[in-house]
Amino acid sequence: MTNEELIALAAQEAEDAKKYRYCLDICTGTGCMSSCSDAIATAIEAEVRERGLQNEIKVKQVGCMGLCASGPILSVQPLGLLYREMTPEEGVAVLVSLLDEKPQVEKRIDTLQPFFSRQERNVLENTGVIDPERVNDYIAVGGYTALIKAITEMTSAEVVQEVLHSGLRGRGGAGYPTGLKWSTVAKVPGELKYVVCNADEGDPGAFMDRSVLESDPHRVLEGMAIAAFAVGASQGYVYVRAEYPLAIKRVKSAIKAAEKMGLIGQAICGTPFNFRVEVRLGAGAFVCGEETALLNSIEGNRGMPRLRPPYPAQSGLFGKPTLVNNVETFANIPGIINNGGAWFARIGTEKSKGTKVFALTGKITNTGLIEVPMGITLREIIYDIGGGIPNGRKFKAVQTGGPSGGCIPAEHLDTPVDYESLKNLGSMMGSGGMVVIDDSSNMIDMARFFMEFSMEESCGKCAPCRVGTVQLYNLLGKFQAGIATEEDLTTLEELCDLMRNTSLCGLGQAAPNPILSTLRYFRHEYLEKIQPSVAAPPEEAL
Amino acid sequence: MSPTTPLIKTFTIDGKPVSATEDETILDVARQNGIDIPTLCNLEGLTPTGQCRLCMVEIGGTNRMVPSCVAKPDEGMEIVTDSERLLKYRRMIVELLFSERNHICAVCVTNGHCELQAMAQRLGVDHIRYGYLHPRFRLDGSHPRYEVDHNRCILCGRCVRVCDEIEGAHTRDLRNRGIKTLVITDFDGRWGESATCTNCGKCVHVCPTGALAEKGKSVAEMAKQRHFLPYLVMRRKGLKK
Amino acid sequence: MTSEEMSEKKATHKQEKLRLATIWLDGCSGCHMSFLDIDERLIELSELVEMVFSPLVDVKVFPEDVDITLVEGALGTEEDLHKLKKIRARTKTLVAFGDCAITANIPSMRNPFGVEETLKAVYLDKEALNLQIPVESVPPLLPRALPLHNCVKVDVFIPGCPPSADTIFFALSELIAGRTPNLMDKTRFGA
Repeated sequence: MTNEELIALAAQEAEDAKKYRYCLDICTGTGCMSSCSDAIATAIEAEVRERGLQNEIKVKQVGCMGLCASGPILSVQPLGLLYREMTPEEGVAVLVSLLDEKPQVEKRIDTLQPFFSRQERNVLENTGVIDPERVNDYIAVGGYTALIKAITEMTSAEVVQEVLHSGLRGRGGAGYPTGLKWSTVAKVPGELKYVVCNADEGDPGAFMDRSVLESDPHRVLEGMAIAAFAVGASQGYVYVRAEYPLAIKRVKSAIKAAEKMGLIGQAICGTPFNFRVEVRLGAGAFVCGEETALLNSIEGNRGMPRLRPPYPAQSGLFGKPTLVNNVETFANIPGIINNGGAWFARIGTEKSKGTKVFALTGKITNTGLIEVPMGITLREIIYDIGGGIPNGRKFKAVQTGGPSGGCIPAEHLDTPVDYESLKNLGSMMGSGGMVVIDDSSNMIDMARFFMEFSMEESCGKCAPCRVGTVQLYNLLGKFQAGIATEEDLTTLEELCDLMRNTSLCGLGQAAPNPILSTLRYFRHEYLEKIQPSVAAPPEEAL
Repeated sequence: MSPTTPLIKTFTIDGKPVSATEDETILDVARQNGIDIPTLCNLEGLTPTGQCRLCMVEIGGTNRMVPSCVAKPDEGMEIVTDSERLLKYRRMIVELLFSERNHICAVCVTNGHCELQAMAQRLGVDHIRYGYLHPRFRLDGSHPRYEVDHNRCILCGRCVRVCDEIEGAHTRDLRNRGIKTLVITDFDGRWGESATCTNCGKCVHVCPTGALAEKGKSVAEMAKQRHFLPYLVMRRKGLKK
Repeated sequence: MTSEEMSEKKATHKQEKLRLATIWLDGCSGCHMSFLDIDERLIELSELVEMVFSPLVDVKVFPEDVDITLVEGALGTEEDLHKLKKIRARTKTLVAFGDCAITANIPSMRNPFGVEETLKAVYLDKEALNLQIPVESVPPLLPRALPLHNCVKVDVFIPGCPPSADTIFFALSELIAGRTPNLMDKTRFGA
């Protein structure tokens, strides 16, 4: 497919869209699907057919609209109305009210509220807007123009340069400069190179990557293809956890559709650039989100991290130079190529550019998926966008970065969200999970929850992580039970230090963070649990 | 520099000036110079995996620590192998290993020949500060000549590697993850019924503890013979040339 | 302590003998046997310490103000725990004496199985005349046999199963001289 064909197709789609009076979009992301949103679509479609209005009313299944707390959500275009907590009957009622030219007021979501107005959506610009299973929908909103621009108008070096210029950093959590990674892989000589998309999102409370894949899979494929062009790769893998069946289904269908269109595959757009993509399923091990363990898993080996160096850029998948980026990182690429690195770099802070997608969960009014510019404060996210803490409770802390991150207490709510600031607070950006904790929760419970997670997910390769997580978990149990000693506190801190410094991979090194950060900000909760007497009771209480 | 000229790097280990060729690790060079860095998973003749974390050394002037069995030195590096911090970490790791399973030295076939036991002594570990986990395992005595006792396994992976890399049978591998990780035979079958095991016994002799032992050995009778391994590797390399 | 030091100490501190106690809890008494293997050096020792409580002497009540107590054996029963707490309260320097005291060693081999299964295996599944789990006049087992330091503060550890007589003598000599013995070049777990 050439650029002209692409533009023609987009124009055709726009023309087709015009003939409908209304378009009813129903969220069919996993969250709304769990409330049977597909049944709403079916019911409305049936009603439309019964009334013979197929040429007037379009019913479309789209991806996540963000305000998951109010799902299932129905959106009415071009009026821009949103309806919350729909049922099939209510969906039909909305349709009827539209046909009566009196759009229903009940259950309408205020689209002017800060949840919507304070966001800046780049990665998520199409989610909840297009039908993820129709490649034409993506093309209609300008999809794949970036890929065609890259491969027909730019050199590989220029693409890398543009990404470098954007200041984009890895969205998987560590924040390594994406352009630098690309230029490294590009420089390593090799006939065969790989591009791998890390979609093994596994933090408790995180669903950013899942939502992007479910709502806009072509965007990720496009980003991958551009990356492949830039680094000289011809084969790509999307590594998705098997627990994401809907994402897998949509990525697979997107690959097929894009191949059919000639947007990936052999001789893309008549250029010599070839790029094939395959999906690989992870069996749900958290450690496989660590890039070297992920590569082992794709190769069919046990998902255990490898030693670095050599880094995947040098010797990655099957020993070949490999670029591993996260879903959201790839999803940022088309925008950067279309609008330029400078456009991207204007958003955000000095060291953290662009926007970031977060999954807001926990004790917060507006549970959901948001995208905000870097540098926004935690307070703005939690109180303005998130709508604050429900049930009249008080904010206590927010956990970012999942089991590898830490909690941030109220006194730091005005911290700008960027890689460095969060790290300085003892937490991390992470992949974008934000779990809000209110004053009804105990921080030791929280630390132990995450330690249990790390314990279950430790791969077992190195001793500090394999045994350290269990010992930490047990020690936290003594604190919970109120039978800990002063010595236990020392042991707890020493073990955290050991794991941080001697574990083999990032999982083990970061696993103590929930303990360290709760100790930093809520030490009194630990001290309250320490027994005054020297003699501890036997530990079989555990 | 022409490709035939080997690149020699000079650096120091504990203040002692040393040199390394391009493919030598810090551990290799330390051993050549009589500096004994403690290891448990490493064994000459097997691919180093850096998983026991005991051989970690500090890079002077930085806060960085690297596993010396796999890390290669850079020109001018100042390696420290025995700082207080390293000793503390090593002790803690050994304590964690003792707490993990049921190591009862007094009744073990390798009492007096065990690398874990010797490591505890060397590092001055005279008690284990962490709670013993006391897991429960089934013993596998189905093999006519050898037996496996997971109570004594430290998951160093030597048996897995020797079977795969040297014997070429890959009878052993791992099952589960985290604290539940277990060395298995074939697809978690009984050793005596293994279709792939060649009964060579290499795994038994590379095992640092009493987890793998010959049958019929009583307490303290199971001394391991490991000299065959570097010899075998050397001869094979020679044959390839 | 050298012999000169020892004789000097004998001369100057005749009136202030250290008060030594020993006890065995869940152990086999092997460490005490090894202690007796100090042989003639026991006489030297007796000049410096007063044995105020021990299975080897005829004292029924654990006394107050003990300077050094060697505790052999793990914590196997509630009675052991009760005794150890009392000992800790009455002792300046508490020594975990041998592997059972330090690691719970042989007694801990029941731990993976739990009390119920262990008792069943020992008293009911074996052929015997009177199949029953004893309940009268025996202290109940702790859920798991534990090392001493899991329940009280331990000051010195003497590993070994049993520690050799030389190790024990060296350790005691150092303690009497007011030093913390460094034992790891002399003994180890399972020695």
